[in-house]
Order: sequence, then C-alpha cells, then structure tokens
Amino acid sequence: MTATTVATTPGTGRDKGTPLLDIRDLHVGFVTQNGIVPALNGVSLTIMPGETVAIVGESGSGKSTAAHAIIDLLPGTGKVTSGRILFDGQDLAATSGKAFDKIRGNLIGFVPQDPMSNLNPVWNIGFQVEETLVANGRAKRGKDVKAKAITVLKEAGLADAEIRLKQYPHQFSGGMKQRVLIGIGLSSRPKLLIADEPTSALDVTVQRVILDHLATLTGDSGTAVLFITHDLGLAAERAEKLVVMYKGKIVESGPSLEILQNPQHPYTKRLVAAAPSLASRRIQGSHRERAALDQVVPDAAASRVTAAPVITVEKLTKVFQINTGKLRSQPFTAVDDVSFSIPKGTTMALVGESGSGKSTVAKLILKLESATSGSVTVGGKDINKVSGRELLALRRQMQPVFQDPFGSLDPLYNIGSTIAEPLVTHRVGSKKERHARVLELLDQVALPTTLIDRYPNELSGGQRQRIAIARALALKPEILILDEAVSALDVLVQAQILALLTELQSELDLTYLFITHDLAVVRLVADHVSVMRQGRIVEASSTDEVFDSPREEYTKELLAAIPGTGIQLGV
Amino acid sequence: MPSNAPLSPTHFVAPLDETPLVAVDKVQVAAKPSNLYLDAWRDMRRRPLFYVSGVIVLLVIVVALFPTLFTQLDPRACALSFSNQGPSAGHPLGYTKQGCDVYARIIFGTRTSLSVGIIVTLLVTVIGIIIGALSGYYGRWIDAVLSRIGDIFFAIPYILAAIVIMSVVAREARSILVLSLAIGIFAWPSTARVLRGQILSVKNSDFVMSAAALGVSHFRILLRHVLPNSIAPVIVITTIGLAGAIVAEATLSFLGIGLPPDVMSWGKDISQAQGDLRNNPMTLIYPSIALSVAVLSFILMGEVLRDALDPKARARR
Amino acid sequence: MVWYIVRRILQVIPVFFGATLLIYFMVFALPGDPIIALGGDRGLNPAVAAALRAEYNLDKPFIVQYLIFVGGLFVGDFGTSFSGQPVSDILAQTFPVTLRLALLAVTMEAVLGILIGLFSGLRKGKLFDSSALVVSLIFISVPIFVTAFVAQYIFGVKLGIARTTVGAGAPWEDLILPAVVLASVSFAYIVRLTRTSVIENLNEDFVRTATAKGLSRPRVIRVHILRNSMIPVVTYIGTDFGLLMVGATVTEGIFNVPGVGRTLYQAIIRSEGPTVVSFVTVMVIIYLVANLLVDVLYGFLDPRIRYAK
Repeated sequence: MTATTVATTPGTGRDKGTPLLDIRDLHVGFVTQNGIVPALNGVSLTIMPGETVAIVGESGSGKSTAAHAIIDLLPGTGKVTSGRILFDGQDLAATSGKAFDKIRGNLIGFVPQDPMSNLNPVWNIGFQVEETLVANGRAKRGKDVKAKAITVLKEAGLADAEIRLKQYPHQFSGGMKQRVLIGIGLSSRPKLLIADEPTSALDVTVQRVILDHLATLTGDSGTAVLFITHDLGLAAERAEKLVVMYKGKIVESGPSLEILQNPQHPYTKRLVAAAPSLASRRIQGSHRERAALDQVVPDAAASRVTAAPVITVEKLTKVFQINTGKLRSQPFTAVDDVSFSIPKGTTMALVGESGSGKSTVAKLILKLESATSGSVTVGGKDINKVSGRELLALRRQMQPVFQDPFGSLDPLYNIGSTIAEPLVTHRVGSKKERHARVLELLDQVALPTTLIDRYPNELSGGQRQRIAIARALALKPEILILDEAVSALDVLVQAQILALLTELQSELDLTYLFITHDLAVVRLVADHVSVMRQGRIVEASSTDEVFDSPREEYTKELLAAIPGTGIQLGV
Repeated sequence: MPSNAPLSPTHFVAPLDETPLVAVDKVQVAAKPSNLYLDAWRDMRRRPLFYVSGVIVLLVIVVALFPTLFTQLDPRACALSFSNQGPSAGHPLGYTKQGCDVYARIIFGTRTSLSVGIIVTLLVTVIGIIIGALSGYYGRWIDAVLSRIGDIFFAIPYILAAIVIMSVVAREARSILVLSLAIGIFAWPSTARVLRGQILSVKNSDFVMSAAALGVSHFRILLRHVLPNSIAPVIVITTIGLAGAIVAEATLSFLGIGLPPDVMSWGKDISQAQGDLRNNPMTLIYPSIALSVAVLSFILMGEVLRDALDPKARARR
Repeated sequence: MVWYIVRRILQVIPVFFGATLLIYFMVFALPGDPIIALGGDRGLNPAVAAALRAEYNLDKPFIVQYLIFVGGLFVGDFGTSFSGQPVSDILAQTFPVTLRLALLAVTMEAVLGILIGLFSGLRKGKLFDSSALVVSLIFISVPIFVTAFVAQYIFGVKLGIARTTVGAGAPWEDLILPAVVLASVSFAYIVRLTRTSVIENLNEDFVRTATAKGLSRPRVIRVHILRNSMIPVVTYIGTDFGLLMVGATVTEGIFNVPGVGRTLYQAIIRSEGPTVVSFVTVMVIIYLVANLLVDVLYGFLDPRIRYAK
C-alpha cells in the first residue's frame, strides 16, 4: 500500500498562477423529513484558467451535485452547508438571487446531461439560442441577435443554421440537440464551462465527434472545462486532471495519466480494473494473463468454437409500417437479411448503435415479434413454423434478460414469485420443489435467500439484473438472449454481473447472444462479434479479429470511438 | 504494477480511513417488504385527511343502509300545518314548505344518492376497464374500433345524455336503476381512456416481454402483469367518479326528470325549496350541505388515494 | 399544421355522425314515447298524438328519421320546437347570449385559475398553496345549482348588489354573477391542474438549463414554466365544454338568462321530449366544434403535436 503518500492540500494548489475556480471544503446536504442528508462531505478542488478537469464517479458519488452547487442549481431541497466556492475571487457559495444571473451563462457556461430533456419542446431552437444571447447582453433584440444566433449554431457544428433556427427540438437528433446545448453553453464565451455527462446519452461515434468539437471550441477560446463523467477512460482521454469521487468525497485527484497508470486509492484501483474500455486494451496480453488480471473471462472459448450451432438465424428480415403523419404509412426495414449462427457454449455479441435493429433481432429470435421473412432455428426447429406446445418447449430453451433493471421485473411480484413464474407457467414441479428451486437459483446468482419475499423496488439495479438472470435460468435453458443486459449499470456492478455471466456459462454450458452498443464490453465476454448497422450485419468475425484487424470502415470508427483506447496503461 | 513510481506533487490521495470501501452492490433492504400498494397503504394511514374522508364516507354508508338508526320520523308524514316552520324539539332542521321534516328527508335521501353513485360507478368501471384494457393491450383494429366508439360516447357529455334518456323514457319506467344506467352508459369513456393510456405505457415494459418470452398467454399477461400495474389511476378516478355520479343524480332530480315521485332525493328537495329562497333559505341550504359534504368526502378520498398511489403526486404534496 | 387540422377534422366527422345517430337511436329504442310523455299524466288524444307523430316524423322508420334530421342540419334546419317555432330561430335569438355567458365564464376561470394555480405551484406547501387547495376542493364538491342558489341568496337577496334574474337583452353586468357561478367548478379544476403542471415543470431539465443559461427568475417562470403549463390546461378547457354546457343549462335556468341553456332547461321542466332532443343535439354539435377549435389551439401551443407523425 502506498498510504505513505502525504495528504497534500486536497486538489493541490501548487500550479503557478491563481486558480479560476477554487472549491474549499464544500459540504452540501439535502433537507429531508429526517434532517439534513449529506451529499458532499468536504470537497476541495481547483481549476486553472483554460484547464480541463474531470470529476469521475459512479451514480450517487455526488459528482453532479458538485457541479450543480457551483452554479447554484441544486434542486429545491439542496443546500450548501459550509465551505467556499471561489470563482475569480468571488465566493459563489455566498452569492445568490439576482447577482447569480450575471454569472450563470455569462461567466460560467453549462452543458447538461440529457439532450432530450434539456431544450424546451415548445420553443424553436432560434428562440432558445437568442434568449440566451439577450439575457447575457451579447446581442440586442432584432436582426443583430438572429445573426449572432446563426453564428452560435454554426460554431456548434450545425451546417444549415438558418433553417435550423426555425425548427423545434423534436425535429433534431440527440447529437444535434447536444450541439445546440454546447453552442448555448459557450455562446457568451464563459471563462468556465461545466459539462455534466454531456454525451452519455449519445452513440459512441457521435460522442466522439461532439467531444472533439467541444475540445476545439474551448481550446480556441481558452475556456476552462469541468467535465463530469462516469467513464474513467473518457475522463482520462479528455482531461488533464482527474478527480475521483466516492460517496460524496474526493478519494484521489491528480494528473490523468498518472492516476490511470498508478492508482493509489483502493477505490480508484477498483475502478481502473473494472473499466471495460481500459481493460479491453489490457486483454491484449496472453489469455492466461488476462484471466489472472481481472478474473472476468475464464479461458474456455478456444475449446468451444468447434461445437455445433444451437441457434441459427438465416436471412432474417423485419419490415415495419411507419406512420408518416400524412394519412399514409411507409415501410421501414428494421432488420435486413441478417444471418448468423452461434455454436454451443459460446457467446456471440451483436453490436450496433441505436436504431441499428439489434434489439429487433432479439425480439424476432424470442418470437415476440414475427419476422417478415427468414428463419430462426433453435435446436433444429424453425421457431416460425411451430406453435402451441412445441413453441412452449422451444421457449424453455431460450430466455431473455433485458436492459432496464427497473423495468425488467414486475414491481408487484415479489422476488420468489418472479423467479418461480417460469416454473409455474411450464408446470414444473410441485410447490415445494419450486420453492427449493427458487432458493437454489438465488444462490446461483449470489443473492441471499432472504430476499424471497421482497419486492423489486427494494433492490439496486445490479441486484435486479441478478434476479432477472435467475428467472431466465429457472427452466434450465440452453440459450440466454442478453439484450443490453449490463448497459445501465455502474462499471463496478457491471463487472460483477459480467463475471457472474461468464461463470454461469462455463458451469451450465450456456450459449449467449449478447446484444450491446458498447464495444468495450464485447472484448470481455464475446467469442464472436457481428457488427450491425441500419438493419444489416456489416462485419462478422471472431472477437480478436474484429478488434485487431477490422475490415469495415464502420467497425474501425466504432473501435476508435471507445473512450480511452489510446491510453497506455503501465502494464 | 509499477505502483512504486514517484507520484507527482499534485497527486492527492485521501486517507483510506476517511472513506472506507463498501462491498460493491451490497444487499440492503428495509424492515418491511414494500411495493406500490403496500407503500400506498402505509402512506394513507399516516394522513389525517384519510381518516376525515374515511369517517364521512363510512357515515354516509351507514346512514344509507340504516336510516332508522338516525331518525324515527317518517319523512313522508308531511302536514301543511307545519309548512316552513323553524326548528323545534325533535325537528332540529325545521320543516319544508309541504310541512315535511327536513332532517328526516335528508337522512332518507342518503340511500338514493349512494345507490346511484355505486351503481353508476360499477357500470362505468366494468365497461371502462373492459374497453380500456382491450384497446390498450390488444391495439391494432380492436383499439381503432373501440377508441372510435369511445370517442362517440365521449362526444355526448354524460349528463346531457342522461337528460335525453330520462326525458324520453316512459314516466312509469323511471327508477333508481334506470337513472343510474342513463348516467353510467355515457360516463365510461374517461375511465377507458385513462386505463388505455396506462396500459400502453406498461405493456412495453421489459417484464411483460419477459413473461411473453416464457410463453405466458396474452390474456394471462394482461390479467396478471399489465392490469395490476395499470389500475392505480383507475382506482383514483373511480372514487372521484362516484362523487360525480352523486352530483349527476342530484342535477337530474333537481331538473325533475330523475326519479319517480315516491323516491326521496337531496336534488329534489333542493328543487322544491328554490321557490322559498327569500323566505326560508335553510330548507334549501340543509340538503345542499348534505349533498356537498357527501360529494366532498368521496373527492377527498380520491385525492388521498391519488397522493398515495401516484409517486409523482406524492412528490407534489 | 395543415395536416394536423385536416386530420382532426377527418376524425371529427365520424364522431359527429356517430353521436347524432346514437342520440336518435336512443330516442327510437327506449321504452317510452316522447309524444305520450308530452301529455303528462293526463294522456293525449290519440288523433293529436298521431298528428304530432307525423309532424316530428316519428311515424317513419328510424333511419329515415335520422337522415331527415341530418339532412336538415346541413341546411340550417334543426327541427321545430314544441311551441311550433323553428329551432334555428330560437337558436338565432338565444345562442349569442349563451356565447357571451360562456366567453365570460371561460375567460374568468382560465385567467384566475391559471394565475392562482401558478402562484400556488411556485409556493408549494406554503399558506397560499394550502388555502388554494382547500378552496378549490370545496368549489369542486358543491354542485353548480347549489352554488347558483347560494350566490343568488348572498349577492342578490342579502347584499343586494346583483340581480337574481337577468334583465331583458341580457346586459353584460347582469351576466357577471351567472358567469361566476358557471366558472366556479372549472376554475377549481384549472387551479389544481395548473398547480400540478407548474410543479412538474419546475423540476424539468429544460427549466434548470434555462436558469443555467443566465435567464432571470421571472423570465424562466414566464417563458418556460407558465407557457408549458398552459398546454394541459387548454386540453382540459376543451373537454370541459361538456360540463360547461350542463352548467349553462342549470345556471341559465336559475338566473333566467335568455340563452340556449334556459330553453333546454324549460323544455326539460315541461317534459317536451322532442325539444330536449333537438337542443341536446345542438349542444353536442357545439361541444364538438369547440373541441375542434381547442385542438387547433393546442396544435399552436405544442409544436410536437403540430408536427406529429
């Protein structure tokens, strides 16, 4: 342990010059019926002019609270209980009301997390850009403001800005909305820009382009950036300095590369070890070393590849009729001539960005939607040609685990009934036997059996996904369809669930179809990869081949977009 | 790992004892199992408003079931000699113009209001749930057809529809049941719409897809997963709708087209007292108070239920 | 926007035919006879009854009756009232009065309801908010005819500052009290609805972003909270036209306002079945048209609807 490290003044202060932002021992709490619940416990950090600092943490670490506290945007019950926030010499913690209007937008810009909900749906884009310019005294109403608004949008990377001004947020894609929000945040040339998970709602390729653009803009204008993210790789790639937060405290801070390559605090070490985007580079070593390093993937893939396929998809196509709003509907091909097969006991990853059709493939395989054409063969039978009892028997062999941990379990069923539902549906065993099986399954997914009479809302996201996995395993299926099953989880929990899945696979000889948008995770679990784009599979190969020598331009783009790929860990 | 490399001077590490690590994703559960309905029940029992409205609702029910517990007087024993007389011993609220005892008439009128309220609510809820559930869950042409039918029924405000029905129906056919049918037959579309909307948002949940992937039948999924998760707002509007039905009955009785002459009703009493508004306003005010308090108790109960069942409403409190 | 309006109109057409057909079917199928009902308890001379039946086309098959009625609607013929006056003539006299009453009521309930709801939502949990909630619950619970009598008694009889019945020509000042009564219930609902949406909008991300952009608090409230909170209120006012129509019938009857509502009120009291049916049909048509207008307004307020796919 390197606990010998002298606790230098938190957040340092040894750089030359005066810091732009200097937070000292900040405490923030939320007022509840049971008194004040602390959210930040003595956070200190500094940002120099023009510097980019990233705060990294899991959900609940207090990273967003810190960002909101700086510009007095804490939700109603949030209060700064002590500490100082010195910005350019002024204590923001002691500033409030109208005085703050001159700082927000003008001196400190803000780019929010979710582009979908951060533009007012009832006003057009031009209005929302223009009111910002007027409020911050950057333009007067009239022609002047329109011209400036066009400049703002053009700078933000929206080409046809004149037309865009008159459009409404719902006519924009997520990436375009985020460009508008970045434009608004930077429109007054602030000294500091706070970007709160600015791209986590976007596809990786879009994320990369937008962050590159943001870096150029802030670099040109010398704007300092406080970047909030849950992604260690992304943070290290985008910021000079990292601040790692855990449970309302800063556990480690310092130069980005050094923290990644030489993490000191056990929590940071955990994070570095679990971050899939970083780990995927480490996996480049020998298989044995990789297994020893993170205990995630036991090396069994090689021996399985030769097995016969348990599931074969051939020329699968799904056409939806889309309503155009003009009394007519249009065909839309969501899945276009998709073919693949998965050998027994292996994992195939189906990777694609939003709208690629990957989740539709899952629904077609599970026969939750009917295919327009093509076939899905499971255990030698085409699922589209069976019904009744035979279909029920096929369903037993193949079970799904879905993305949303908060939607995957019926909130009114307790855990016992949830896991027993497959057994009841398929009339397996007596009541007593079913109870025993439920206990066994809870044990298998490493949850205490005392949870049996609990309801899903009492559990965390990761625990719910364990329950969902237990339910999927109840009928002893051969195939699990994992549709973004770990995408909504924090990295550490994600790593746990991935480890559980790999363990179960080797134990029960399961076959996985692993559907994800996150190429980084693929490296950890998949034997084969199929990359989907606009309903088609553009590249399919073994995982190593896809990562080491991608053939398609799109695959290369996806790989390059994994945050933190360029970072060499000291391995 | 080369953890022995010298750290840069700006590298800060918090002492471990300040932020002890907790096992990743540790299981922590509260003392009692909780889900939406258990939570709602606990929440309601903490609210004074629940007891206030509950007591009045109970009182209304008891009065309706056993009116003779509250008065020994015969509300039909009217004598013109008592016409418009003020309160006296045994007659706390005085007499109507026809010389009937106001208090006794209010007590006996309770049953009418509650009966209509309950019959209408049953009718509306049954039709509303069936139509709303079918159109929301099965979608496609079933939804198209049922929603259009709902639109048509919704286009005729239910009190207006009841006015037409009661104006046309033969006098001798008038009864509490017919009046309730007349109100209820046009009041269901709002229940159906609320349920349909709720089902549309629930039916795409992952847990519904998981059940379908298990091979659970559509109807069973609707019954066991979708309906229980969609019914909360229906409970709320049903309670408030009961109040609406009581108002509708009173309005129609007030217009003189609701009930046969021998049935007592607050609306009728109010109607008969209107001519004496200047001289003897209290004969109008007393039944009005009874009516308003009964309505208020159901509306309050609806509000308490909404606050308990809708997490968004709970946050708004 | 054009497509949106076209779609709305196309949707209203089947509803219009369905609703009118439904009313006529009820009249036709119900066990009862509007003509016999006319005679009241005394009964009617069979010859007179037959003549009346012929006059109201009640002797013809159901679908013919309906087609005659609908055909009439398109040439402005709404039938004949029991007194022998064409319904369209009565409407020409009474509709302007009802329109004025309704406009007055809707304006009052909307303006006051939105303002009070806004302040209530912004001061959630404070005294103003709690009082507004209690008062609105009382307004919701008291049936409109009770409110009407109480208002008549307090303002007309006790205080003597308003007339209990409306004078000839229905001057605006006489309409104020009936309009207040008519507005009372919906006012309470609008207060509660506005409060709800204000509180929800206060927590919206775009409101936080608006503040982060540097907008002043008053501007955030006006441009981003109030504007968005009005969308559900407008929808409510649309569906509320049905209640307003019933309210107008009762209020106009009690205050003797010479409008469409009073005509219906009197026809109901006098058991003039056919007239009741005609006027209810007229009200249903008014309701549909009002809803169509509100939908168009809704489209203007919410671009997502306007451009909806």
